[in-house]
Amino acid sequence: MTTIDPHVAGAGATAVTGERTGDRRGVLTSVADWITSTDHKKIGRLFVGTSLLVLLAVAAIGALLGAERIDATSDFIDAGALPQLFSAYRVLLTFGVVVPLGLGLAISVVPLQLGARSLAFPRLALAGFWGWLVGAVLVIVSFVANGGPGGGDSNMVDLFLAAHVLVIVGLVAAAGALATSILTTRAPGMNMRRVPLFSWSALVYAIGLVLALPVLAGTLVLLYVDHHYARTTFGGNTGLGGWLGYAFTQPATVLYAVPVFGLLLETVATATRKRLPLRGIGLVGIGLVGTAFLAGVAQVDASLPQNLLDMSFTNAVQDIVPYLLLNGLPLLGAVVVLLVFLLAAAGRPRVLAPMVFSFFGAGMVLVGLLGNAVYHVGDAQLAGTVFEEGAWIYVCYGTVLAVMGGVAYWGPKLWGRVIPDLKVLPLALLGVFATILASLPYYVAGFADQPANATQFDYSGPQNLWNILATVGHGLMLVTVLAFIGLAVTSFRKGEFAGDDPWDGQTLEWATSSPAPFANFAEVHTVASAEPLLDLKPSRTEGIA
Amino acid sequence: MHALPAAPPPAPRRQLMVGTSLACAAGATLMGGMFALYLRFREATLAVPESEWKPAASKVPEVATNIMLISFAVIFVMVQWSVYAARRGHKSYVALSLGLTALFSVAIINGQVFTYTQMRLPIRTGTYETMFYAITGTFIALMIIGMIFTLVVAFRHLGGRSGDREIVTAHAIYWYFMGAVYTALWLFIYVAK
Repeated sequence: MTTIDPHVAGAGATAVTGERTGDRRGVLTSVADWITSTDHKKIGRLFVGTSLLVLLAVAAIGALLGAERIDATSDFIDAGALPQLFSAYRVLLTFGVVVPLGLGLAISVVPLQLGARSLAFPRLALAGFWGWLVGAVLVIVSFVANGGPGGGDSNMVDLFLAAHVLVIVGLVAAAGALATSILTTRAPGMNMRRVPLFSWSALVYAIGLVLALPVLAGTLVLLYVDHHYARTTFGGNTGLGGWLGYAFTQPATVLYAVPVFGLLLETVATATRKRLPLRGIGLVGIGLVGTAFLAGVAQVDASLPQNLLDMSFTNAVQDIVPYLLLNGLPLLGAVVVLLVFLLAAAGRPRVLAPMVFSFFGAGMVLVGLLGNAVYHVGDAQLAGTVFEEGAWIYVCYGTVLAVMGGVAYWGPKLWGRVIPDLKVLPLALLGVFATILASLPYYVAGFADQPANATQFDYSGPQNLWNILATVGHGLMLVTVLAFIGLAVTSFRKGEFAGDDPWDGQTLEWATSSPAPFANFAEVHTVASAEPLLDLKPSRTEGIA
Repeated sequence: MHALPAAPPPAPRRQLMVGTSLACAAGATLMGGMFALYLRFREATLAVPESEWKPAASKVPEVATNIMLISFAVIFVMVQWSVYAARRGHKSYVALSLGLTALFSVAIINGQVFTYTQMRLPIRTGTYETMFYAITGTFIALMIIGMIFTLVVAFRHLGGRSGDREIVTAHAIYWYFMGAVYTALWLFIYVAK
């Protein structure tokens, strides 16, 4: 009987490279190790790697849809397929890319930051990954075979609904394991106020997902039963988008960007080599961004009606309070986090590529949040326009940018090698340029009344210019992600070896070897502050306590 | 590598209880979202004069649905008894209480199936039917998860891991959650109709 030890590292498995059979066994063992591993670092990297691959397809779809909207005569996409393509674009970028990217990065890193030897319920997290992956593949299959919202094949529409439930179950399982880890496996001395900033954001994110996504699952179950049997309640295949759309639009999608803000504060603290000033305020800011889960739980978006000032005070308050709760609080949180960042950055931090990525990412998310706040003001008259798509892309691509920064930041701890800063920095610039190009034109086109999810509309203005720019933006994002994947693969395979603490970090993950071993730490550490490694570097502890 | 002081192995921090609580929170929002849509459609339908929400020809077997509610009250006692017995190392009582929990959970599923047969609602006819079957079907799925949980606890506890009391407590939390779910279902669907 052959026993596969899931703990065997890939390097160990390739020790028999001299023989052909040994090569084959090494590859098989390595593959089996990856797909069955309960090592949180591998589970997280599976999420991140797969999501980045899905992102390539989604950016291509975004470019196609942008190109289709350049002029009214463009017809290289079949008109019948357009609604499904719009749906696929939304569903895949949200649940195929953005949510699992943040979750994957957090699963890879958070137990290391907590000083834990493993993730809580690692098998659940692994099952979550496979559930998500199988569900995502089935969702793609359903779209390809004329399913999805607006699809013509009713079996494939059913498949889409069932597969989407599987996607959600997988994501909630992984998020539950992550949240439980943060609540129960912290190192001795690490109370909740000493939890690293990224781990705090991961906790807010995971709990938000655990609370918000099951509501969507419940809606999907109702839609499935109705669509499969009766089609009397939710409008059949064409009505699905209206019932599910809230989960793929602002403000519900803001929840998926929460880890960006933890990453931003984490990297700036490392870059300044000081304790983060107003750390507690930063934690509050991240928590405020997390209130975006309310939109997912309530399945609503709250808008201010037109002519608000002409309304009675009582009626105005009834509209203003939900608006501020769902749109204002996350925006306030993002502003608070960015202010804390700017305060820390006043201490002349080192320019680290991951910090630049996360700063650009958080900036893009903030612009998306601002756009969301404007979109929901009735007097702006943006409802039903492409403006919302611009805000959504800002948030999604901003999150992608920040997570790429996270991969560059923690890559040395996960792979043992570094991505050179000088090579990856231009990609941050290219990524932010691509994000702006892919989304800002839709802000402008929204004010020019270009309708959402439509390819035939009044081209009286310079809409073709805006749509050309957006198409180029998606294309550039595709190039950015491809280049990042290429650079990461090259660097993590053949790059320069990283030391155990290549960034001169402050949190526990930098106290173990690089790459981190299976159980993370040989000994459980005791921590006495939020920056335990800084306590060991006395010359640099002059910062604010 | 930095030399941080080593600590003794951390005490268990109720991982299963926290995980189960999170799962219950997820289940609560799952069912809560479905109930919210149910009530929304019900309100919209009843706002139209002379319209009916539940088909008048279909009668809810109230004895069965009330007994299901009472069964949950019994399950509450059983799961709490199992926690009590596990803390005191009374293995046979743990076995008995878990067995009775499983028995009453089977009775509840049986009651739900009986309700289906008595109500004779065709699934393909309207909004009430769609929502009724979707919500009660999800409830049955959650019940089956609870029964599997009971079996796992029984095997672990009776298989020699009787010191593992946390799982018994986590199991009790799950059944309390299920009781809350059924109470809402009973109120919104079987009582308010």
